[in-house]
Amino acid sequence: MSTTAVPPKKTNRIGLEIAAYKGGKTTLCAGCGHNSVSERLVECFFEMGIEPWSVAKFSGIGCSSKSPAYFLGMAHGFNSVHGRAPSVATGALVANRNLLGVTVSGDGDTASIGIGQFVHMLRRNVRQIYIIENNGVYGLTKGQFSATADIGSKLKTGVVNDLPPIDCCLQAIHLGATLVARSFSGDKRQLQAILKAAIAHRGLSVIDVISPCVTFNDHEGSTKSYSYMKEHGEPLHELDFIPACEDIAVEIAEGEIREVEMHGGARLRLKKVGRDYDPTDKLNAVRALAEAEKEGHVLTGILYVDTSRPDFVELLNLVDEPLATLPESKVRPPREALDQIMDELR
Amino acid sequence: MSTIEVSAASSQPTRTDSHVTNDFSIQVATVNGSGSQTANTVLMRALFQMGIPVSGKNLFPSNIAGLPTWFTIRASKHGYIGRKKEIDFLVAMNPETAQEDVRKLEPGAAVVYDEPLKLNTVRSDLHFYPVPFDRLVGPVCPEARLRKLVRNMIYDGVVAQLLGIDMEEMRTALYKQFGPRKAKAAELNWNAVKAGYDFAAANLVKTDRYRVERMNATAGKIIIEGNAAIALGCVFAGVTVVSWYPITPSSSVIEALTTYLRRFRIDKETGKATFAVIQAEDELASIGMVIGASWAGARAMTATSGPGISLMAEFTGLGYYAEVPAVIVNVQRVGPSTGLPTRTMQGDILSTAVLSHGDTKHPILFPSSPVECFTMMISAFDLAEYFQTPVFVFSDLDLGMNNWMSDPFPYPTEPINRGKVLTAEDLDRLGGFARYKDVDGDGVGYRTLPGTRHPKAAYFTRGSGHNENAGYSEREDDYMNNMDRLAHKFEAMRSRVPAPYVDIDQRAHVGIICAGTSRYAVEESRDQLRDEYGLQTSYLRLKAYPFTPQLSEFIRRHERVYVVDQNRDGQLLQLMRLELDPDEIAKLRSVRYYGGLPLDARTVTAEIAAQEGF
Repeated sequence: MSTTAVPPKKTNRIGLEIAAYKGGKTTLCAGCGHNSVSERLVECFFEMGIEPWSVAKFSGIGCSSKSPAYFLGMAHGFNSVHGRAPSVATGALVANRNLLGVTVSGDGDTASIGIGQFVHMLRRNVRQIYIIENNGVYGLTKGQFSATADIGSKLKTGVVNDLPPIDCCLQAIHLGATLVARSFSGDKRQLQAILKAAIAHRGLSVIDVISPCVTFNDHEGSTKSYSYMKEHGEPLHELDFIPACEDIAVEIAEGEIREVEMHGGARLRLKKVGRDYDPTDKLNAVRALAEAEKEGHVLTGILYVDTSRPDFVELLNLVDEPLATLPESKVRPPREALDQIMDELR
Repeated sequence: MSTIEVSAASSQPTRTDSHVTNDFSIQVATVNGSGSQTANTVLMRALFQMGIPVSGKNLFPSNIAGLPTWFTIRASKHGYIGRKKEIDFLVAMNPETAQEDVRKLEPGAAVVYDEPLKLNTVRSDLHFYPVPFDRLVGPVCPEARLRKLVRNMIYDGVVAQLLGIDMEEMRTALYKQFGPRKAKAAELNWNAVKAGYDFAAANLVKTDRYRVERMNATAGKIIIEGNAAIALGCVFAGVTVVSWYPITPSSSVIEALTTYLRRFRIDKETGKATFAVIQAEDELASIGMVIGASWAGARAMTATSGPGISLMAEFTGLGYYAEVPAVIVNVQRVGPSTGLPTRTMQGDILSTAVLSHGDTKHPILFPSSPVECFTMMISAFDLAEYFQTPVFVFSDLDLGMNNWMSDPFPYPTEPINRGKVLTAEDLDRLGGFARYKDVDGDGVGYRTLPGTRHPKAAYFTRGSGHNENAGYSEREDDYMNNMDRLAHKFEAMRSRVPAPYVDIDQRAHVGIICAGTSRYAVEESRDQLRDEYGLQTSYLRLKAYPFTPQLSEFIRRHERVYVVDQNRDGQLLQLMRLELDPDEIAKLRSVRYYGGLPLDARTVTAEIAAQEGF
């Protein structure tokens, strides 16, 4: 028997190794931004110590929508219908209020075919993390523009987009999402902080991740390429997510740091970069996005957060236990109830 | 005075002593939005309370106010509650349609009409009863703005007097209709009924044949709309998630359901709901939520009509292929497209049986009565969860939106069947599972619910190709094995769906097959064929697709079999063609009606008699 000491594998606060958070092998292109997002999800759920089987994954159709198979293999997943993941997720999350929903969609899936379900999901504030892996093109059908493509951006074929883009973050802020962020698949640190804040958030988190398509939209003239994002990406702040269990006192220079208290006592720490940005101010968020668009910048970071609005399950006044598994005694009224109704109808 | 003219006019047919008792139809022609629904319901209820079998059919336009509407009440001592084509007693309140309504009547019919319409000049072979409604309504309803509504109650009194309806029963029916909270409104309306009654008693001389007499044929029965019956079925099936988009004629399913759920399904200790009702943005979202909720383990349903079914096609295919339960109620109306949204039809049978792209087959249940609406909803949930597939329940506007006399509903005797769901303990024992493996031979695999606290509980649900372990697969053998198992699963349903109602007449060479509300016309038509043509018939009423072996047995033992359809293309017959043997198909004949009104016995009788060569 070997006596070589094997270093103990790192486990999280619930005693699971990172392997418990991984999914199947990706079938997306090498270098695809979506794979980075999947990796961040694995890391964040591991580091936050979330039970993987308490998560339910949803997606529509497209490259992005394949990715729920590539993270959290111990969580149930549902790759549904093009543009319709919001309704499937809403149904499931109402049926079992204890599930933590993670939906991965794309720009075509959300902003083109799925814009109807997207905006109504926003209004309902269904508690889940809704990630848009945004690359401005349809990948699986080989490179047509989606509704988030910027005016003037150019396809590989030379076709120029002349229609204005739908800004999913602007929609999300306007219509009721309670945590709205934009990030870049290449910004590991920022995306991690945003995802962790979203995991802690009790409401709908919409995260628009610019996630370049290396095959169809990473060329000169694209506004969703790695190089474009490196040049035009503009972080609003430096983000730190501090879990509730970690009570770290840090010296804070006045005016340099903002803190947002998340549900359950976790904190989001925003360090000023250039300007002071208050993410709880809706109007301010809308103005910042409009200004950035005018200047040709892509603002990243937590654009908006509201921890006070009740989520959909609260509005429905549901019992504490999941509807899905209520026993017969709770869901079938007694014989006397039917007798009473019959009497009234005589 | 106009009434002298009525009794003395030589143009009136002479008074007859041959009474027709408890066997006639009353049609009230009014304007949509004039509040006539209450007056009509009171009339219908009073007859019901007198023990006379009744049915009510509301023929209304797709409009909120202003367009013509007709309400027909049929009283039948024989218990026939289908539509009767001939109108025996007309109440003509709508100037727009009055002339045409009168022209359509058979000789000898009675007409109560608003005096200024002067309908007695239109024909001379009817019994006319002019009533000065405007003059009568003033004294009983001082408030001018209410007169339009109260005016209609006057004809209730007139009709009650002419037909001999017990005024105490009228009063009981009226106060029940308004309920204890609207006692003041009830009193106002009751005074109008009395005014009508008194006017008729003092001024009208009855010359028509129709009258009522107390019977004892409605004891213990209830009056309910099919849509409310479906709602009650959902409540007692233990529904937990409801998602819907408003569409005529299904909206009242969910409205009634919401009312019942709020009353019976709020947890007493916490005051919290054991259900969720979500009004979705469209039918794509409502079925999406149902699929999502069912996948997560809820008993979930939606209700819609034809256009909604079209929109649900894609998700239905997903439910079939990914094997997710769903219960979808279709209260059918006239299509295609917007069609006649307030008229009835059974026109979605063929398209729904194979709804969505690729090879699909979906079970459909066909309730024909409020009792079946109730019991079949419970069956639908059990079937959907057991077979892990979308199940359709096909009502129609006639059943759904009309008031029906019905037996009371039986409390379910079987416990709720949640189907093959593995718990964490099961997984400990089994060490894992293969989601799409046919373990029991009925084609149905075992599933787990998201949130099951076990490392081996998860599987990945997808509408793309998959193998037994729910892994992505484009392999030819995986695809074909899966599709063959799904076909086998559909075959296994044949022994689980409700079996048809069968009535064999040993002397009959002719059989009649129908489904749903066609039964009322067909059952009456069988009597007509027997009494008028000496034709004995056997009868099979389908309750479900997939068809059960009784269908073939029935066809084989008869020479000719008429399949009655409420659509142009004979959809029920076409569906049989897809499944039956050629020698069985050769025996089938088609009887079709597609005018948008509830099917009536005369139409069926005439068509069968013609095809039989009578």
